Amino acid sequence: MKYVLMFVETERFAADLAAMDETERERAYGRVRQWFADNADKITGHTYLMPPHTATTVRLEGGEPVVTDGPFVEGKEVISGFAEIDVADLDEALRLVRSWPACPLVEIRPIAG
Amino acid sequence: MSAAAEAELARVVRDHAGRLAASLVSLIGDFAAAEDLVADAVEAALRHWPVEGIPANPEGWLYTVARRRGLDVLRRHARYRDKLVLAAWPPPAGEPDDRLRLIFTCCHPALPRSARIALTLRVVCGLTTAQIARAFLVPETTVAQRITRAKRKIADAGIPYRLPDSDELGARLTQVLAVVYLLFNEGYLSSSGDRVQSRDLADDAEFLAAMLAGLMPTEPEVLGLLALIRLHRARAAARFTSAGEIVRLPEQDRSRWDRQAITDATRLIARAAAARRPGPYQLQAAIVAVHAEAPRWADTDWPQIVLLYTMLDGLAPSPVTKLHRAIALRYVAGPRAALAAVDELAEPLSGYHLWHATRAELLRELGQADQARAADARALELTANPAERSLLRERITWT
Repeated sequence: MKYVLMFVETERFAADLAAMDETERERAYGRVRQWFADNADKITGHTYLMPPHTATTVRLEGGEPVVTDGPFVEGKEVISGFAEIDVADLDEALRLVRSWPACPLVEIRPIAG
Repeated sequence: MSAAAEAELARVVRDHAGRLAASLVSLIGDFAAAEDLVADAVEAALRHWPVEGIPANPEGWLYTVARRRGLDVLRRHARYRDKLVLAAWPPPAGEPDDRLRLIFTCCHPALPRSARIALTLRVVCGLTTAQIARAFLVPETTVAQRITRAKRKIADAGIPYRLPDSDELGARLTQVLAVVYLLFNEGYLSSSGDRVQSRDLADDAEFLAAMLAGLMPTEPEVLGLLALIRLHRARAAARFTSAGEIVRLPEQDRSRWDRQAITDATRLIARAAAARRPGPYQLQAAIVAVHAEAPRWADTDWPQIVLLYTMLDGLAPSPVTKLHRAIALRYVAGPRAALAAVDELAEPLSGYHLWHATRAELLRELGQADQARAADARALELTANPAERSLLRERITWT
């Protein structure tokens, strides 16, 4: 089954990351690269997003489209990236996510169709 | 139908419905479709058996109905239908009991808790949606919706029908046991509604715990939970007056306790302890066993109970456990020490009726009658259980 993992960053996580020195941050990125390498056979694609201050939201409900600055939900938790995986079932997806070394929230969604 | 006949009917359905569900899920490979067939067969059994009597081979009867129905409704699913046509029945001897996979799927952490309970009751114990709704005093449509959504999630999210991997098994088993324990608590002393006890759910919880103990005989926490349930139930007859009022432990007529059941459960605890992997259920069972083994209230081994609560709180820290430890401390160190320990729990437990009821009792013992009455009144505001309410009301009036 195919799933998308949505990586969610919290304000706390972003602050912790910003507070790291160069070596620490490089080590943190290294762990993420290692995770992608370790699971390369199950990961069919992934994307890392620019931070939420770069987001633009368009609301198309009723009348003219309304363009606003920022992500669609104003919150302390923002989606920072996606990975698409192909695994046997939800338990295997959960196993993969359990070893994720970075941001503190991950949502798992099956891909439709 | 007499109560005995009803209980027998429930028992037979429970013994067979889960096995049938497990076989059918394996056979057609679709949890939701298989579950529907079993639910239909159980509904049919509940219509026919009270009139025609319980058949000699209930599982075969249920299977025949489920299969016939399956061939009918699965017409569009040629794949499932073919599997049903070819299925050997009864399943060849020596086939492993698949109900373990079934319960792990029903109690999957990706399902909401209320759905895990409803699904386990319906799929593993063969309860109908109406029976579950009655037991939890919620509308039948609510239960039906929970089950439908859960089945849809199982299919759409790819929740597997298999045992967790060995490194996951411990954590997942804890979640299964939590469902069984919750079910037991709901049945043993339901916190809302007019019926003081709904005996059915306690039966179902014991059935599930026994089933798990049979299928996972080396898991000490499974044995611990089974012992805990059996120890509580061994004392059930003495817990209420004929008018449905709670009889508290010191006043219970201990000759009405089921001694044989207590001895058997104590053996289960010893068997679990031999594995040297203590856990919350084993410790709770040990605490109840200490009470159950005391011939009289005055003979209770309180230092042992305090020790067991200390261990339990160390393993699974909880303010409620600390409250119970404080209550036991009353008999080891006196009411003043106990009240001090209780008062330390004000912040987490001020919304919990037993915290106020315990304070009331200790305050009364220390001669502070006014404060005791106020604490009892607060406890009364906080509980919906009719038996507990009447006990508290009586205390406010008479003491």
